[in-house]
Amino acid sequence: MSEPKDFTASMDSDSHRTPVRVAFVTRRTSPHVEARDDKNVMTYPEVLLRAAVAVEVLLLGLVVWSLFWDAPLEGLADPMLTPNPAKAPWYFLGLQELLHYFPPVVGGVIIPTLVVMALIVIPYFGINIEAEGFWIKDREKKMRVLGSVAVALVAFLAWFNVYAVLIPTVLIAGIMFLGAFASPKPGRLRRWLDSKPLSFWIMSWFLTAAIILTAIGTFFRGAGWAWVMPWSAE
Amino acid sequence: MKLSEAVVGVRNSRVWRSVFRAGTGDTNLHRSLAVQQNVFMHLASVKVRRRALDFGVTWYLGTLSLGCFLILVVTGILLMLYYHPSVPQGYADMKDLQFVVSAGVFLRNLHRWSAHAMVLLVFAHMFKVFYRGAYRPPREFNWVVGVVLLMLTLFLSYTGYLLPWDQLAFWAITVGSNIMSAVPLMGAKTRFLILGGNTVNANALLRFYVLHCVILPLIAVVFLAVHFWRIRKDGGLHTGEKTHE
Repeated sequence: MSEPKDFTASMDSDSHRTPVRVAFVTRRTSPHVEARDDKNVMTYPEVLLRAAVAVEVLLLGLVVWSLFWDAPLEGLADPMLTPNPAKAPWYFLGLQELLHYFPPVVGGVIIPTLVVMALIVIPYFGINIEAEGFWIKDREKKMRVLGSVAVALVAFLAWFNVYAVLIPTVLIAGIMFLGAFASPKPGRLRRWLDSKPLSFWIMSWFLTAAIILTAIGTFFRGAGWAWVMPWSAE
Repeated sequence: MKLSEAVVGVRNSRVWRSVFRAGTGDTNLHRSLAVQQNVFMHLASVKVRRRALDFGVTWYLGTLSLGCFLILVVTGILLMLYYHPSVPQGYADMKDLQFVVSAGVFLRNLHRWSAHAMVLLVFAHMFKVFYRGAYRPPREFNWVVGVVLLMLTLFLSYTGYLLPWDQLAFWAITVGSNIMSAVPLMGAKTRFLILGGNTVNANALLRFYVLHCVILPLIAVVFLAVHFWRIRKDGGLHTGEKTHE
């Protein structure tokens, strides 16, 4: 049975392609049009509202914090009276901790400059952009390079007694090497680790080392920059 | 007359319309115009991907960093009303905030804790952006702008650290500025330029004050504007979805 038609029924919910939608509902087509969730939302008001809520929650938290905890204020600055230890603000304590191990030019100038330069050039290296799993290609060659770099780094850090950085270095390199050997039944964690590119490992190494150094500088350093436990009374 | 009608009345008035041209209405056209025709808002795009608003994508760390910056500007300006950048008056002003000014301690607390929070949030923002791969082209320049903003945040916090002129401030800046002299060739000169002398003294306090309250915030605002505008120009926030890039 065929009837002559002067139209074709079609379904479309793409408003860019078909700005005006006319639906012909016949007995053979269902009135249900498969709607696709619109992928975009309007900045005003939806994004603004969420941003405002986020900032208000932040403000609330900071206000409560400020009501109960007072900012530190010590005695009047006295150039003749050096406190021991004299500490920089917390975000520079990782750096100050490095100065404990390295000469000032290395700890205070070369390392921070290298870190800032490394951060800036991240998006300009093809290897960071492709971001494929570290061991996917050239396994043998990478094992040799990674091994040499890890050994050189560990030797350098051991030479200066920087165990605070040496430990995360060994840890990260160890986890990376683990990926070189195929696992017969990789679990979720293993598959996640295998998918991580070199940039992920370098950044994670930097982050771990920075957190450890900052924590040591903040909590574990006392008079003469000697190691103290945070709970031991001065 | 109901309040909502009054609001609509005001928004349709000639005066209001001369300022906000978008007009009333809840069509997407009006919503687009509200963003597009506002000098501050037009840094942002009119629409964003729904997925970019999911908490897990950004943790709202950029928004919260901006929030800290705004809190710091407001509390900072209020603090400037009570503060003299001179020795030893700067320290006396801290004591006045503590014992004389109404809610002075609260004001200083909020400024200080927000500053710490901002440093933390900006660092967290950077790592979050890195780990979700949002630095990749076409967003590579915005990543660099972000690194500059991180540096500015640290300098802002560091210059503010000296202003209370207490032992903590004095020696933290002394430790920090001593590192500067380790820079080969120009280290000592740079240190002299920033401190206005060979030691942390009244000149250093004045220079840090000007850097903290005028120079660095102005530079930060310029870079913030570029940072936000580039989000739009680089195709919105990176959400990990397949786009037409």
